[in-house]
Amino acid sequence: MPASSRDHSFEAVVLPHLDAAYNLARWLMRDGAAAEDVVQEAMLRALSYFASFRGFNPRGWLLQIVRNAAYDAMAPERERQFVPLPEAGADEGGGLPDLVAPEEDPEAALIRARDHCRVHRLIAELPVELREALVLRELEELSYKEIAEIAGIPIGTVMSRLWRARRMLADAAQREGAL
Amino acid sequence: MTPAGCDKVLLVQAEFDGELDAAQAVALAQHRETCSVCTAAAAKLARTRALLRAPNLYQPAPEALQTRVVERLATARPLPPAPGTAVSRWRWWRPAVGGFGLGAAVAAGLAFLVLMPAQQSLLDQVVAGHIRALQPGHLEDVASSDRHTVKPWFDGRLDFAPPVKDLGAAGFPLKGGRLDYLGGRAVAALVYQRDKHLIDLFVWPEKRATTPTPGAAEQHGYNVVHWSAGGMAFWAVSDVEAAQLEDFARTWRAMP
Repeated sequence: MPASSRDHSFEAVVLPHLDAAYNLARWLMRDGAAAEDVVQEAMLRALSYFASFRGFNPRGWLLQIVRNAAYDAMAPERERQFVPLPEAGADEGGGLPDLVAPEEDPEAALIRARDHCRVHRLIAELPVELREALVLRELEELSYKEIAEIAGIPIGTVMSRLWRARRMLADAAQREGAL
Repeated sequence: MTPAGCDKVLLVQAEFDGELDAAQAVALAQHRETCSVCTAAAAKLARTRALLRAPNLYQPAPEALQTRVVERLATARPLPPAPGTAVSRWRWWRPAVGGFGLGAAVAAGLAFLVLMPAQQSLLDQVVAGHIRALQPGHLEDVASSDRHTVKPWFDGRLDFAPPVKDLGAAGFPLKGGRLDYLGGRAVAALVYQRDKHLIDLFVWPEKRATTPTPGAAEQHGYNVVHWSAGGMAFWAVSDVEAAQLEDFARTWRAMP
């Protein structure tokens, strides 16, 4: 019992995929601090679902949770079907906008300043659905089927999103003379 | 979306990604000899992959994050025990006497349950699950007021299909749903709203009805109403007043 429970613990099964979780969150959120929040949230969700996890692909399973957490975190910018509840204490006149804005600018500026980060920027500029497919395929080297499960879309949609992502990336690189 | 020019371009890409079997690849190779669109597509794919060999594109977790995650997991871990495992048996008779009075329960036509150990443990877990869900970002995995969106979302995520009802007309609009984990199994959590209060309705199948008559309880200031119907257990938990939560349960049960 002790040996087998250690082998199948959350730490042994899920935690090794923390890098993959962060890489995906980082590319989806395009911001280090936001990505860390998403990963922490996703790990907590993963822990609470873990006892029901029976699959053989913990990385795909975790990435699906990361992806959902990232989209939840992006929800305020994206169109949703309902208005979120106002948070207690966060009334009008709160300091939230001040907290958000300065995070991104230095990062974006840094990315622009460094030439070898040009590809990085070109990927970051892709629409999020295309970026997601490209990162999962090219950086995580996942199969179409795995990507379809993570993103909750048919395999045909994975193929067309990947194609659009690659075409946009190649075209943008060509325009900038990076190819 | 089908790329313009040739309908086999996505197959060229699939071959490039190692997704075609040998027979498909042979058929495609014959086509490619005569198709300039597909030849150009193959060249474009090779160029993008070359681009993606740029250094530092893969961004591993910072060490500090790893430390924080391990710490958070340690504090988040203590989940209540699964029902019937580690609950002291001598407490089986303990009724859940809280702020929810016996008189109110009787007046509402509810049985005032003497909780069995398994149910006491479930009550703990249901309330803990609700509190956990109230943390920012935890509330729903699928956010929609449309039950035709929420119900299919559970397909393939659970080994049962939870009933999803829209109680908007009765003043309990649907907000969404999520997966949760209670009593040793994955359960559906449906999120409803009453004014500014949230109601979690946990649903899971059960072999035999544990709560054939609706029961009510109170814990840590949260009201809980539970009942069984159609081979499923239903536990509603919220900080709305007990009477409103009973109203919610009545409305849910009355709706076809």
